Amino acid sequence: MATDYQTPYKGVLGWLDDRLPVINFADQHLRFYPTPKNLTYAWNFGSLAGIALVIMIVTGIALAMHYTPHTDYAFASIQKIMRDVNYGWLLRYIHMNGASFFFIVVYIHMFRGLYYGSYKQPREVLWGLGVIILLLMMATAFMGYTLPWGQMSYWGATVITNMFSAVPVFGDEITRWLWGGFAVGNPTLQRFFSLHYLLPFLIVGAVMLHLVALHRYGSNNPTGIEPKGHQDQVPFHPYYTVKDLFGLGVFLIALSLFVFYAPNYLGHAINYQPADPLVTPPHIVPEWYFLPFYTILRAVPNKLGGVLLMFGSVLILFALPWLDRSPVRSGRYRPLFKQFFWLLVLDVLVLGYVGAMPPSGIWPTIGRVATAYYFIFFLVILPLLGVFERPKPRPHSISQPVLSDRAQPAAAPTSPAE
Amino acid sequence: MAKFRNLLAAAIAAAGLGLAPVPVEAAETPAPPEHTWQFEGVFGTFDRATVQRGLQVFNTVCSACHGMKYVHFRNLKDIGYNKDQVEAIAAQYTVTDGPNDQGEMYQRPAEPTDAFPFPYKNKEAAKNANNGAVPPDLSVITNARPGGPEYVRAVLLGYEKAPEDANLSPGQYWNKYYPSHKISMPQMLVQGVVDYQDGTKATPKQMAHDVTAFLHWASNPHMEERKRLGLKVILFLIVLTAMLYAVQRKIWADVEK
Repeated sequence: MATDYQTPYKGVLGWLDDRLPVINFADQHLRFYPTPKNLTYAWNFGSLAGIALVIMIVTGIALAMHYTPHTDYAFASIQKIMRDVNYGWLLRYIHMNGASFFFIVVYIHMFRGLYYGSYKQPREVLWGLGVIILLLMMATAFMGYTLPWGQMSYWGATVITNMFSAVPVFGDEITRWLWGGFAVGNPTLQRFFSLHYLLPFLIVGAVMLHLVALHRYGSNNPTGIEPKGHQDQVPFHPYYTVKDLFGLGVFLIALSLFVFYAPNYLGHAINYQPADPLVTPPHIVPEWYFLPFYTILRAVPNKLGGVLLMFGSVLILFALPWLDRSPVRSGRYRPLFKQFFWLLVLDVLVLGYVGAMPPSGIWPTIGRVATAYYFIFFLVILPLLGVFERPKPRPHSISQPVLSDRAQPAAAPTSPAE
Repeated sequence: MAKFRNLLAAAIAAAGLGLAPVPVEAAETPAPPEHTWQFEGVFGTFDRATVQRGLQVFNTVCSACHGMKYVHFRNLKDIGYNKDQVEAIAAQYTVTDGPNDQGEMYQRPAEPTDAFPFPYKNKEAAKNANNGAVPPDLSVITNARPGGPEYVRAVLLGYEKAPEDANLSPGQYWNKYYPSHKISMPQMLVQGVVDYQDGTKATPKQMAHDVTAFLHWASNPHMEERKRLGLKVILFLIVLTAMLYAVQRKIWADVEK
């Protein structure tokens, strides 16, 4: 067995580490862990996402102590939390707005990965695990929004679960099986609560695998060039611990502005009306972070087609490492990719905006064009760019980044370090 | 059940096909006019006199048809009433309690631990008395309507003479700001309906302002505490973040770019 491990620590720490090498593990992965020295603030969002997950789990566990998952009591138990539970309003507002901020952070994290080619060999599995985390987050957020049992909770759940009735042959059976009855009802609410409590811990598991995969090859960096030695790296602590803490401070200020001064701004007013199966709201809209996908769902005038396209828009991300044929990682050195990338960012924002609009007038057309670009970007533009794009010259290493850019003389003094 | 499933199917089909019904009234209902509230902004608080007048409007007018099942009389301590006053206000209401030891339900005056009761026996009784409409519970009303307190105030004041082709059913009234314009609540806030204890002149506008402020308190009873705490938290975070930034600069100073 693995008995050749000799603990380098003395005293009590040494005693513990000899029996359970956690001290060594923490040192390897949090303290001395060599990290590229040129990471920008765009790299803060990974740790922020992890912290957001912890905030959601902690507030969620406390909320679950007071929440009642029953169609007759759910709405009332939320009111109880908001009015009578000590700081219940604070817990719930952090949890509600925390969900939105979790998605903001994860979306930025993903766009960063996309821009700098962080999904490319050898980090394909790292990226794939990230997509799995996104899927789990979406399921968790959707079921969580059902729990207050307001009008939008009920009708949102009805619309989303009904998507499964588009499955050929077994559609109705699947939908009834999901509902636990003939419509969204108490069995649905109770299983959604159960799963809403379970899935976050699956996310924790996926995040751990994400970190194992990350630490196999280390972080990508803005140049997309692997570190060539110690001159390119700094130990994680204190350099990135302090940088992540600073980022956390900024994140918490932004979250606090919403929690304390606009707690319901990101939600829907009608979700403060108790669920009523006999009154359909004029406008059933998902939470803002699902709006781009909602537009894609509605872009096809065919239920099954819309559902397939919507799931496809996330699943296509699994194939991203193989769709992008360019050997160059970082968007910095890819003049054409850069333009298409920012167009994609704009495109996703447009998809989100259209999702909030009623499907009449010009909006469905804009939605279809934006949906088309989303898929064309991944299925046509990325593969073709790999063949036709002429990347700019890249530096030899992180420490010698400016080869062709402005300040060639300035680069000279650092080059002997190589 | 069949009707319900048809409704469901229609809604799903509409949403799935990208044909979700457009709220027609959204186009023609004007936005509620802007109004200045004392509870707005970072330092906003509930003016006690305003909210107490609002409670008087609620007690005299609204409570005839509306309940607030999540707001308890004990909560009134938060808007400046003492124990005896809270008991006196509660005692104006009658609630159903029981069963007693003979197994009968009975009526008794409300106590501070009771919520503002729904004045009808049940929804069906409420419908029967109001031409088919159920007066909504007002516990979270300003949070539950797009437009919030502005909307609530606008509806209270928005009664107009119906246009010729309005086709109002009996018991319906024309309201400029209500979706579809056809509202089952008559115009309640008319001159002279309330006689303010503090001598303020009870104009419809004054009453609408006061009762909406009261309802906003009822919907957000912890708003003052929330804003006070928020200020402390955010100031603390700004100082902490600034210091973290300074530490970051210092630590990174020796790293060659």
